Amino acid sequence: MPYNKENKIAVKIDDLTVAYDYKPVLWDIDLAIPEGVLMAIVGPNGAGKSTLIKAVLDILKPIAGSVQIYGKPYKKNRSLVAYVPQKGSVDWDFPTTALDVVMMGTYGSLGWIKRPGQKEKKASLEALEKVGMLSFKNRQISQLSGGQQQRVFLARALVQNASIYFMDEPFQGVDATTEKAIINILKELRKASKTVIVVHHDLQTVPEYFDWVTFLNVKKIATGPVKDIFNDDNLTKTYGINYKVAINQ
Amino acid sequence: MNLSEYFELLISDYTLRTISIGTAILGAICGMLGSFAVLRKQSLLGDAISHAALPGIAIAFLIIESKNSTIFLIGALISGLIGTFWIRGIINKTHLKSDTALGLILSIFFGFGMLLLTYIQKLPNANQAGLESYLFGQAATLIESDVWLMAVVTGISLIILLLFWKELKILLFDPDFTKTLGFNTRFLDILITSFIVVAIVLGLQTVGVVLMSAMLLAPAAAARQWTNSLSTMIFIAALFGASSGVIGTGISASSNNLPTGPVIVIIAGVFVLVSFIFSPGRGLLFRQIRFRKNRRDLQLHKTLSFMYNIAKNHENISHPHAIRILNNFQGFTKKSLKELEDHNYIKLQGNMWSMTETGYHKAANLYNQITKTHE
Repeated sequence: MPYNKENKIAVKIDDLTVAYDYKPVLWDIDLAIPEGVLMAIVGPNGAGKSTLIKAVLDILKPIAGSVQIYGKPYKKNRSLVAYVPQKGSVDWDFPTTALDVVMMGTYGSLGWIKRPGQKEKKASLEALEKVGMLSFKNRQISQLSGGQQQRVFLARALVQNASIYFMDEPFQGVDATTEKAIINILKELRKASKTVIVVHHDLQTVPEYFDWVTFLNVKKIATGPVKDIFNDDNLTKTYGINYKVAINQ
Repeated sequence: MNLSEYFELLISDYTLRTISIGTAILGAICGMLGSFAVLRKQSLLGDAISHAALPGIAIAFLIIESKNSTIFLIGALISGLIGTFWIRGIINKTHLKSDTALGLILSIFFGFGMLLLTYIQKLPNANQAGLESYLFGQAATLIESDVWLMAVVTGISLIILLLFWKELKILLFDPDFTKTLGFNTRFLDILITSFIVVAIVLGLQTVGVVLMSAMLLAPAAAARQWTNSLSTMIFIAALFGASSGVIGTGISASSNNLPTGPVIVIIAGVFVLVSFIFSPGRGLLFRQIRFRKNRRDLQLHKTLSFMYNIAKNHENISHPHAIRILNNFQGFTKKSLKELEDHNYIKLQGNMWSMTETGYHKAANLYNQITKTHE
């Protein structure tokens, strides 16, 4: 569903500030992300892109600020949110299979102690099929390629059956085929009125993949529709003086 | 006493049976909980905790002024926990890395513990304390109530493990994701760490402060080699741990004056060594064999396709060529040539080789086949 003015706000971030020491990593971020957009978060290394996602998801404690998911505090509406962490954040030599990892996406809705059953297994197999990994379901995860591991992570988020998806560099270290496969799934999610927020590095593909973009460099530089704000002016403000990129629109 | 006499005694002798059951249970719980420590990359935590327990034992003796292993355990538990929380505090609040924090706490607590031990030895009632046995452990001091305590703790941790299986598994694999699902990762973390501390404290009397961490890590490290499933790994680790306990006790009982703790640890080490070499999937031996075989197959195939490229330029594919034109080709050996002949891919005649019909077809489809089978 393309964005129009009547869309609800899916994620609202106010005055979010994060600091590890004295130097802020994120400073006073205000952001209203409308429902149904496919949004890229772009910015140079150290701009706080991953930190923004982690602070929104309460993995990191912010110094100040608030996050609302469909008008309620994140902790109340946690079940509406799915998360794809950076692939490198886990140890892929962990003794488990691809299907097992995807099943972990169902743990949240199961709650404490209750074990996944047939229903959860079926949903997980479907998610594996969607990302084209069904034939690898019993494969030990260390034997998967980088692109396949990324697909497994995506399947784990899909099985969460959320409304909002936060993804931390899902295209990192994957080949062109996997990148295309992933972007197709993201576009399908958007078609189903889901909101997808992606930390993204490849500026060349922003106009092709995304309809919404946020420029970030510790502070928020700009946010809005790609066609309106993805320009040299904002890129220069974010990445530094004389930054030019060929935008093939 | 030899080993078979030991097994007879195991059935008839009450003390030996108690000790064997004790070390078996200890090995099992250490293997089980050690799997968590290994997978969380907290292998050194066990070492730090066990060393941190020493001053607690000494202080417990100074307070009650007599020997009581239960009170000693409580002392060990308290100082072990204090050590653990200090380590976590250092990691969270300073820029020091975890290995530095572990090393610091380990040596400072151990040093303080040794200081107290020296002081205690100068006291008039020092002889009855027997505190130095906590350094390297003394399984012979195990009595029935100790074994019961171990059994109860093992039972409780098994129940906790089964109850929170799903939560602990996901915490091990991906703590950040676990948090976003709404699970209290702090609670789970404290739960599993507390059980590791309890297992270590239980083992101090038997294996001792210095060697305890090996008891925790060795069975888990060995078990990881044999399986790619978490539940199987924990089961095998418990099995290896229990076997190390029983076998170690047996060897130490059947030969005069061999200390039980070190023998148990050495047996656990043998399990690790054997697993690292002989396990089918990850073991060094089979990996090396697979690697060699793959390399040889590829060399064979590459030689064949090199020959194919020569042969296909001739009208008659079986036109003979001199062997020496292969000499500069990497991967070509006399042996591989012989092997190709055995497969009926080529024919050898004196210093000449020629391709057969079979070899020609094989080589033509080679690249497709290799990429297909390795997909």
